Amino acid sequence: MDIYLPIAAVSLDGIVLLILGAAVGFLSGVFGIGGGFLLTPLLILIGVPHPIAVASSANQLVGASVSGAVAHWRRGNVDIAMAVVMLIGGLGGSVVGVWLFGLLLRWGQVDLFISLAYAILLGMVGSLMLVESSRALLHRRTAVPRRLHQHNWMHGLPFKMRFRRSKLYISALLPLVLGFAVGVISAVMGVGGGFVMVPAMIYILGMPTSMVPGTSLFQIIFVAAAVTVLQAYENHTVDLVLALILLVGGVIGAQLGSRFGAKLHAEQLRAGLAILVLAVAVKLAFDLTVTPDALYSVAPL
Amino acid sequence: MRIRVASFLLASLLASTALPVKADQPLLADLSDHLIAITTGFTGTSVVLFGATDGPGDVVIVVRGPERDMVVRHAHRIAGIWINTRQLTFAGVPSYYAVFSNRPLDDVVPESVQALHQIGLANLRMQPATPTALAPEEVADFRNALVEDERHAGIYNEDAGKVSFLGDRLFRATVDFPSNVPTGTYFIEVLLIRDKTVISGQTTPLVVSQIGIDADIGEFARRRALLYGIVAVVVAAMAGYLATLPFRRA
Repeated sequence: MDIYLPIAAVSLDGIVLLILGAAVGFLSGVFGIGGGFLLTPLLILIGVPHPIAVASSANQLVGASVSGAVAHWRRGNVDIAMAVVMLIGGLGGSVVGVWLFGLLLRWGQVDLFISLAYAILLGMVGSLMLVESSRALLHRRTAVPRRLHQHNWMHGLPFKMRFRRSKLYISALLPLVLGFAVGVISAVMGVGGGFVMVPAMIYILGMPTSMVPGTSLFQIIFVAAAVTVLQAYENHTVDLVLALILLVGGVIGAQLGSRFGAKLHAEQLRAGLAILVLAVAVKLAFDLTVTPDALYSVAPL
Repeated sequence: MRIRVASFLLASLLASTALPVKADQPLLADLSDHLIAITTGFTGTSVVLFGATDGPGDVVIVVRGPERDMVVRHAHRIAGIWINTRQLTFAGVPSYYAVFSNRPLDDVVPESVQALHQIGLANLRMQPATPTALAPEEVADFRNALVEDERHAGIYNEDAGKVSFLGDRLFRATVDFPSNVPTGTYFIEVLLIRDKTVISGQTTPLVVSQIGIDADIGEFARRRALLYGIVAVVVAAMAGYLATLPFRRA
């Protein structure tokens, strides 16, 4: 069943889009991530133009993260203070990111930049997670009780703030800068940045694991919303029809996925996610070096 | 639909043959449809062009979509990675272009006439939008790449033999539009050629337009971009919230 997407100006099979949304939703439910880093490359693969794929993924992400955050909110797993500080950084980051995206669009480097950014970022995060989770899987029995978090140079930073929900007393600059960085990534790559945010919240900020997904999702709602509005305004690249179809498949997939995920161990989940992330990174890196079908590319101005 | 078009065509052909074509009107042509409506289920369509001449001759049909500026980029391998290193913008590029004839073009009209009427992909006047430092050969490479890309996308066509004659005087041609057909006003030029000279020409407009909810969304997104962005966020957020309700535990 072909559906004409008004902004992308292409016809795509609605069933394929639903299945794609559901598959990505399932994985995001299993692993507790937004799944944007899988969705954007897959959309590009089935023929959605790069800029539309990035901006519409951000639009879809608004709905997907509301859906996820509501569930965590009901369990009380959202640290509002932390989310607000990250959000202030995130909004600044998304403004810079959308501006950067428009610049790349005019220079004709947006396709390259998106692929390169994905390959590098996913490669790094995937490798780190794989090392960490395989260590955890091997030493599950012999784990020694760890201190809540290590003290290092980051705890000497000014503007210390108390985050009661997360039981932390750290500099507000840390979540602010983290939020900013993820905001830029979010705008340029069309992802929520959960795959960067979640490890950073655990390892850099030292937040308790139970608070991480809810807080991350809660602030992603607002960053994704800002990115969507800015992309629509600056670059005219948000396809609402595409986003809604993906969302319908996505939320159903996510609910099924989170049920399946509850049956797995945390270390197995992280190892599985690491392998998935690395596979996407390797594929993208490989594609960058393959001689393209046409050395010339054509686009309307 | 097909039957309707066919019967309409037949009726029109009968009408045009019944009335002898006047001497000052050596050529008459019309389209089976003057509007292509792009709706949600649009997967491409075709329009039949038909007409009559006042005697033997060759018919050339040139279809042009609205003009736009196009950027062509050339990739080079740098450190193992393919990177767009040079780009050139062409102004006045037709968003759709097709040339149909009943015989190979070179047999019908001399090259000078082809160039004058911009008949044929090689004769399209596409110039760099701004003065460029590139060598003429390089500009030609960019231009050829542009034409090749549009041919591949199915929006540039050249087909000698697409115009078929019924007897000496009645002709018809099917013009195909793919699902990615650009919107706007098209002009279909029909030329009657005899002894390598253009005897008569007729231009008929054809409107390609988005119709229905998709068109409204597209229009809204362009005209009121900020509001559209806000609506997109609110709709997605509501859909996301609604989706959690069936799964809520009491």
